[in-house]
Amino acid sequence: MSNLEEKIDEAKKLSMQIVKETEADRLMTLSVGPQHPGSGHFRFVIKVDGDYIVNVDPDPGYVHRGHEKMCEYRNYFQNLPQLERPALHDSSNILYSYCLAVEDLVGINVPRRGQFIRAIASELDRLVYTQYWLAIYGIFLGHSTMFMWPAGDRELIIDLFERFSGHRVTHCFSIPGGVRNDFPYNFKEKCLTQVNYFEKRLKEYEHIFYNNPLFRQRTEGVGILPKEDAIKLGVTGSVLRASGVPYDIRKVEPYDIYDEIDFKVQHMKTCDSFARSYIPYLDMIESCHIIRQLLDKIPESGDVRVKLQGNMKGPPGESFKRVESGRGALGYHIVSDGASRPYRVKISTPSFRNLIALSYLLVGSKLGDMPSIYWSLNYWPIEADR
Amino acid sequence: MDGNIELKNEKISLSVSSEILKSITDKFSNRIKIIYDIHNRSKIMVEPESLVETAIFLRDNFGFDHVESASGTDYPKEEKIEINYHLGTYSNSDLLPYVLVLSTKVDREDPKSNSLINILPSVELFERETYEMLGVYFIGHPRNERFLLPEDWADIPPLRKDFRSKGR
Amino acid sequence: MLKELLDPIPSNFNILVSKLGDMLVESLEEPLGYTINWGRVFSLWPVHLETSCCSVEFGGASSPRYDVERFGMLEAFGSLRQCDLIVVQGTVTRKMAPRLRMVYDQMPEPKYVIAMGACAITGGMYFDSYNVLPGCDGIVPVDVYVPGCPPRPETLIQGAFLLQEKIKRSKIK
Repeated sequence: MSNLEEKIDEAKKLSMQIVKETEADRLMTLSVGPQHPGSGHFRFVIKVDGDYIVNVDPDPGYVHRGHEKMCEYRNYFQNLPQLERPALHDSSNILYSYCLAVEDLVGINVPRRGQFIRAIASELDRLVYTQYWLAIYGIFLGHSTMFMWPAGDRELIIDLFERFSGHRVTHCFSIPGGVRNDFPYNFKEKCLTQVNYFEKRLKEYEHIFYNNPLFRQRTEGVGILPKEDAIKLGVTGSVLRASGVPYDIRKVEPYDIYDEIDFKVQHMKTCDSFARSYIPYLDMIESCHIIRQLLDKIPESGDVRVKLQGNMKGPPGESFKRVESGRGALGYHIVSDGASRPYRVKISTPSFRNLIALSYLLVGSKLGDMPSIYWSLNYWPIEADR
Repeated sequence: MDGNIELKNEKISLSVSSEILKSITDKFSNRIKIIYDIHNRSKIMVEPESLVETAIFLRDNFGFDHVESASGTDYPKEEKIEINYHLGTYSNSDLLPYVLVLSTKVDREDPKSNSLINILPSVELFERETYEMLGVYFIGHPRNERFLLPEDWADIPPLRKDFRSKGR
Repeated sequence: MLKELLDPIPSNFNILVSKLGDMLVESLEEPLGYTINWGRVFSLWPVHLETSCCSVEFGGASSPRYDVERFGMLEAFGSLRQCDLIVVQGTVTRKMAPRLRMVYDQMPEPKYVIAMGACAITGGMYFDSYNVLPGCDGIVPVDVYVPGCPPRPETLIQGAFLLQEKIKRSKIK
């Protein structure tokens, strides 16, 4: 009998040894890679302990095309089409900053009507970009109406772009010196009609998306970025404004004619994913107000462009200019040594600056919250890789 | 742009920026050189040894708490690589539109510089990209590694001037 | 066909069975092939792999205005093993190239490739960049080339039509 009991005890001890696992066996490495319904052109490697994320390692560079190196082999005007492509659907804003930097270097003033047209194109592009961002957010969360409605409504604004520039997304319309052409006949009335109808459609989004209890549960209280950390990490755009810092370059350092326009800087204090996804929507409504004011104040006629020579030589020096694009502060640092090609162009994109918040926010959260945190950071991989 | 508004901004910013520059030159006297000081932008150049000290002084006294952009430029003729940090502020409301460029020059043959990551955490990814693209090693940075380039990159850093693009 | 069966008279039972088998395949090949191809043409399922910036216009093609789902190209979601179409959207960089090939290898037969955009055909305006491949021909066999930078959604729909005609004409095994 005692022999049997001893054998049973031994067997129990042995089975407990097999079941006990080491600490290292608990972690699992997942690669959320470029082919994934929830990641875009970007890869990050996460280590998961059960349901909680322990470590995040971002791995960008899948769309790194070397824009900064290519800028050194083309002159100031030949650089325009290739600098447009990082933010393809927001192209007026990424070119606006380049034009401001080149004009600062060369030292010219753009005529007033040209400044108004550039600002109108920039605001319309902000609407187009935010709609696309909302559409992809819908795909990530599995809400297919949230893909269809914004994707269809942005076609209204793309129609306006086709009217004055000829192309849907990459217009190459703002150039150093002004804009390429004037607005066509009857553009003002058509633009007002489209923007008014667009704003009416925007009011319905609140019922379907932002008051949707499932959307709220998935984004409220998730991914909290406190104010001090947001300032220390140097994030920008809607991520910063969702943490309570009312910083908008159009108000802080107004460029062109933004000092004559009256609008509010939307910011919220809750610092979570819901705030980061609600602020671009509020910004869209502000943009509609801005467009109406701009169309009101635009001078009836005038020059739109200062004619610069195609292969003009930039005087030696450097300049740094920033613009508020759909995602945040976009800056260009241009160094010139007197030749017709720039010596060095450095593009500081908001997506690259917000990438540092990804590893900060994902650590400690659940795996199911990953899409809603990742896409709420307004990260566009092509712009971060350049 | 309206003439009056432009002049007013310029006056305010010049007075504020000249005050900053005056206090920097008072403290560091001969180790720093002012390159330019125009409407809302100034640039100062320091020796590589006093980079960290200047950054701590700027952060504590004037509130420069983050970096807008940080990169390097290659000057093969002078055999130097210039590293510049564009410092900005979110917390000091007098200096919101102002960007101060802090720059230093390191040797091209063996480029090493002190990292500012413990003072300004937002430079982490910018310095990693500068290491990869120009070959500058940052002492104190936890990950001086390849970031955007493919894993099998076996050439010199691409943003140097002796790296020629194919066909050009 | 019956004449071929009996003339010359098969001397062996095996030869009779094999001749019957050939007759069956020949008679069924056309209608069955047509049916199978018809099924493939109207349920093309693309992989959710976005290579570069043309993905914006690819997403625009699924929008309510240029709805491409009514022509048979479904929305990209789900796993890789059930897809049969890969749309190479835009520039293929040297870092993305091995992953593209891996994704192509993991798809089950039959599979088709559409090269969308000037960068996927010849390298586009990035021909002198250090990280860009001159076209995706070298990695995956392409069926249809859709030019443009980026191509309009209507152009992509025309490319899908060309692919559908190519599938209809193909023989099944």
